[in-house]
Amino acid sequence: MKSQYWRLAFGFITSLVVYSASAQRVDPEVQKILGQSFQAKGIAGLDRLVQDENQALCSDEKLRSSKAGLAKQAQLQKVALAAIKPPSDGVYVGDWKSGERIAQSGRGSTWSDAANATNGGSCYNCHQIDKKEISHGNIGPPLIAYGKTRGYSEEITKYTWNRINNSKAYNACSNMPRFGHFQLLTEQQIKDVLALLLDPQSPVNQ
Amino acid sequence: MIKKILVSVIFFFSHGFVFAQSNAEEIAKYRQMIADGNPSELYEAAGEELWKKSAGPKNATLEQCNLGLGPGVVQGAFAQLPRYFSDTKRVQDVESRLMTCMETLQGIASQDVIKESFGKGLRKDIEALTAYVVTASKGAKVQVLAAHPQEKKMFDLGKKIFNYQGGPMDFSCASCHAEDGKRIRMQDLPNLTLAKGAVEGWGSWPAYRVSSGEFWTMQRRLNDCFRQQRLPEPIYGSEGTIALSMYMAKTAHGGVIQTPGLKR
Repeated sequence: MKSQYWRLAFGFITSLVVYSASAQRVDPEVQKILGQSFQAKGIAGLDRLVQDENQALCSDEKLRSSKAGLAKQAQLQKVALAAIKPPSDGVYVGDWKSGERIAQSGRGSTWSDAANATNGGSCYNCHQIDKKEISHGNIGPPLIAYGKTRGYSEEITKYTWNRINNSKAYNACSNMPRFGHFQLLTEQQIKDVLALLLDPQSPVNQ
Repeated sequence: MIKKILVSVIFFFSHGFVFAQSNAEEIAKYRQMIADGNPSELYEAAGEELWKKSAGPKNATLEQCNLGLGPGVVQGAFAQLPRYFSDTKRVQDVESRLMTCMETLQGIASQDVIKESFGKGLRKDIEALTAYVVTASKGAKVQVLAAHPQEKKMFDLGKKIFNYQGGPMDFSCASCHAEDGKRIRMQDLPNLTLAKGAVEGWGSWPAYRVSSGEFWTMQRRLNDCFRQQRLPEPIYGSEGTIALSMYMAKTAHGGVIQTPGLKR
């Protein structure tokens, strides 16, 4: 029943989103086929196929690298950066040991996960972090000796906080998920992942 | 001559380096070891039996099934799929075409397959039949040019879906499969936007997955990709999934089919 509802609502919602995102033109044929080709399962509803402005722009290979597309990227980055909240208690650096566990876990948010399941950060899926972990991906840049090479300044700390919260504030079409923006990680989890990168005691910086 | 040797040496080192960084070499060795005994042969044998056995309300076999090369022709049929079929007026992949044959020849409703889970009931039958059909194209070259207007349309649609970002992690197929030499953890990711990677991907599925001990068709492979993308579930045999297959198959045109493959 819920799935039927979404199937009907899908086209309507996307047209509203598209309408409000003036620069984007989501192909109606693609929307129609997607709406017919997917079904809600577990926590993954059809609403997940409704794109925000950022997703719509970055899905369009030609537009995103055009002059208008690059200007749009810059605008989206500005909005994203302004929306990032600093830690509520002003403390940026959490517990690197917990951060390592979060970085290792690729769990959460799939249709086979429970709604209350804790998300991991999936960090090692794409990044080299602690050099002792050899099972790491390479879609993102290596982060070994992150703090040691960049220093532990306030500037670097804030930049890292922002990057984990919303990497798209610096590169609108970055492949990295927006962990803070979509609340994929809690504030504490983000502090802990930040500690993995920026605590001088973290194995990453040894 | 010297140039030729130089080229092979460079080739060897550049590729040796890539292998050293990943587990591709180990997997290649493992594949060689059990190449003569790929467990997907069991699925293939079961599929051949299902092909020749009378079943369904019409109590008929699938031996008159037209997979694109004429009724009953299995040899090389998978190599030219997906393609447009004038009887259904649809572009179909091997699995959706097998459902059509089951429905028209045997009277088994496609919906009964679509509502089933992977590895169960009628869906499992389609998987076995798929194993039988694809094995009859092993070593053949992919022949998918998407010349028919409907095929071209599906290719274009597939490319757009490939790049379509969505869900809480912003993932599209392209997030992982649009660059050479990328990995998730230790798992190599084929670049499906270019011929070489498309052949590696399209040409090696369906496959037997050692880790789960199951035979996975392309529909199942895509299903799990979308699960990991945090998107909702693609409906079995839906237009979107066939469009993606058309995108991969046309990009892989001319490459040698290695399926049924063997995966970790």
